Amino acid sequence: MDQALMALLTIVIGVGGCVGYFWASNIVLDKVIFPARGLEAGRNISRANMVRPWLFLFPALAALGLYLAYPVFATAWLSLNRNEAGELVFVGFENYRQMFGEDKFWESLRNNMVWLIVVPAMSTAFGLLAAQLTDRIKWGNIAKSLIFMPMAISFVGASVIWKLIYDTREEGQAQIGLLNAIWLQFEGGIWSTVLVQDLARGGAWIKLFRLIGIAVGAGLIYVALSWALGAATAELPYGKPQFWLQIPFWNNFFLMAVLIWLQTGFAMVILSAALRGVPEDTIEAAIIDGANPFQIFFKVKVPQIMGTIVVVWTTITITVLKVFDIVRAMTGGQQETQVLANYMYDKLFVAVDWGVGSASAMIILLLVTPILVWNVWNARKEMR
Amino acid sequence: MADLVLKNVEKAYGEVKVLKNINLDIKTGELIVFVGPSGCGKSTLLRMIAGLERITGGDFTIDGVRMNDVPPAQRGIAMVFQSYALYPHMTVRDNMSFALKIAKKSQAEIDAAVDKAARILQLTPYLDRLPKALSGGQRQRVAIGRSIVRDPKVYLFDEPLSNLDAALRVATRIEIAQLKEAMPNSTMIYVTHDQVEAMTLASRIVVLAGGGISQVGSPLELYERPENEFVAQFIGSPSMNLMTGEVVGTGSETLIRLDSGGMAKSAIPTQVSDKGMKVKIGVRPEDFVETEGEAIFTGEVEITEALGEVTLLYFKRQGEAAQVVAKLPGIRPELRRQSVKLTADPKKVHLFANGKSLLYR
Ligand SMILES: Nc1ncnc2c1ncn2[C@@H]1O[C@H](COP(=O)(O)OP(=O)(O)OP(=O)(O)O)[C@@H](O)[C@H]1O
Ligand SMILES: [Mg+2]
Repeated sequence: MDQALMALLTIVIGVGGCVGYFWASNIVLDKVIFPARGLEAGRNISRANMVRPWLFLFPALAALGLYLAYPVFATAWLSLNRNEAGELVFVGFENYRQMFGEDKFWESLRNNMVWLIVVPAMSTAFGLLAAQLTDRIKWGNIAKSLIFMPMAISFVGASVIWKLIYDTREEGQAQIGLLNAIWLQFEGGIWSTVLVQDLARGGAWIKLFRLIGIAVGAGLIYVALSWALGAATAELPYGKPQFWLQIPFWNNFFLMAVLIWLQTGFAMVILSAALRGVPEDTIEAAIIDGANPFQIFFKVKVPQIMGTIVVVWTTITITVLKVFDIVRAMTGGQQETQVLANYMYDKLFVAVDWGVGSASAMIILLLVTPILVWNVWNARKEMR
Repeated sequence: MADLVLKNVEKAYGEVKVLKNINLDIKTGELIVFVGPSGCGKSTLLRMIAGLERITGGDFTIDGVRMNDVPPAQRGIAMVFQSYALYPHMTVRDNMSFALKIAKKSQAEIDAAVDKAARILQLTPYLDRLPKALSGGQRQRVAIGRSIVRDPKVYLFDEPLSNLDAALRVATRIEIAQLKEAMPNSTMIYVTHDQVEAMTLASRIVVLAGGGISQVGSPLELYERPENEFVAQFIGSPSMNLMTGEVVGTGSETLIRLDSGGMAKSAIPTQVSDKGMKVKIGVRPEDFVETEGEAIFTGEVEITEALGEVTLLYFKRQGEAAQVVAKLPGIRPELRRQSVKLTADPKKVHLFANGKSLLYR
């Protein structure tokens, strides 16, 4: 309770302080420094107007300078030094050399690359799909809210939720992890789905629905034949609870699922607004030109919102490059799931190696900057 | 070849019927113009023909084939939108060839069709540009080109010129007329607000009002023999003057005493039984002539507008009656504040009872 009150107080002071600053500084500028009175009234007004933007920008610029610009240079400096008993000793690029010699670093870099490809692609694709599918239906807005909701959950909170989904109990015990619960249904291999097993049970209607379900499922499987064949012939350990987060390499994808789940809502909201902005008559013209719904979507709608898609994609890319919380909370970077940000954390705060920690921070900055610049450039182009 | 037949077609949005009892026969090679006040359903009717709006009642056929449930692309129609509706991400060439690509035509066929259309519309230098690098008139020509390449049976235009400035509008209007001339076997339906476009382009005009068809006819028919007061006032600018009166003489010519005191003679015949009937006479502003003798209308000129070849006279209102407007040849600003007596050729005096023309009884 005490903490909640403190938090509330902080918010009130923070917001009130901001409002107070703008209000008070504005008054001081207009009444005291350049009063719109006397002989120089006109000149004072125009001078005040020249100063005002800087006055209002000052808190943001000061905070950014203090908490963003300065740390960048400090980190760059630290990455060229070694901390020996509290003393900074300049060592040149020694820290980088040491870091490049570590397997864990290259693992982080490789994982980051996989994250970088998979998460933005999947989030944008799912977001676009959701935006298009919810566009014209009555309960589309409800569906959108549900898809958007994960955005409100912190990365750590989401990690906890998904840890429960991936949870594993001893064989024989009830599985509380959703994924294992489903997995165990495939006991006799992929073909013995829950539908077939339970076909004998239930009333006529339920049987009918199951049959329809099987038909639909069979159709889907037919469409994805190659995939299904691969899955069916592979020797997978069906029927045994799996430690999902400990399967090397693939556990990365289980972690990525969390971020995809979080970012799809963001992509959907932005892309949904963009889709609404596509002129209706270009779509009607395409209908008259004989385009089918897929052609309309891919050849008329998507190209028109390409700019927005790029902005969404790069924005998520930046989030992905900094991904830390999810890995920290779910695997701690063990079992080959290390990523750069967590590698940095391990070096900086666990191993207390400032030099290498700062060096890895510089690598992240180096990777993020070009994407950030491109993103801002694209976003500005979109706004015009 | 395309004969279009609309039989008892109607359109309802939920409970509200915005169009009903639409019966229309359109023959191959005609250029039909839909006119009517804003919101009367011109665009809706056009879009129903295109297949963009569902037809909620009646039958629509092209060459005898029922089209109600045929998708737009298979109706053999092409549409030019008011806002051009060009695909902004495609070059002019891609815009024009999109439909053909969808239809899986060969590249040689596509190139031939696009090049031909571009030549007709003088778009060849712009083929590789994006729409945003074109002027309004060029964009409109691309939109027209996009329909030409598909070689449709029916062309649909929804106010295609309304986004262009006045000079360009005239030029493009003439281009459309020439285009029609060059393709005598294509049928065109054209929606417009603009009277001049309607009068100059149309082989027949369809006047829509109040959810139905008010009159169908050639521009001259509508101008000279309007079926009802609505069409009489809608066609022509300024509108036809309507004045109330009573039939006092019948026969091959009809004599009317007007409530404003004047006497009018109309070439429309009436029977003896019509004597005493309350009617409205209609005289177009341009049909008024000055007179010294018996006048249809006498009044004081409030405002004059000299347009060069003609002068418009706006008369002082008399009581409840609508303002009378006359159009006299020449420049006559000196008539301001003067009392003027007007009459008209009996052949040009229309007669209406209960909103309908007595000519069509
Ligand atoms: N989706 C809709 N739901 C209900 N009413 C509609 C809908 N679309 C159009 N209408 C109504 O149908 C009528 C005809 O509209 P339409 O756009 O065809 O008019 P219009 O003659 O083309 O007018 P304008 O000359 O202004 O373009 C209007 O009264 C309009 O309010
Ligand atoms: Mg319209």
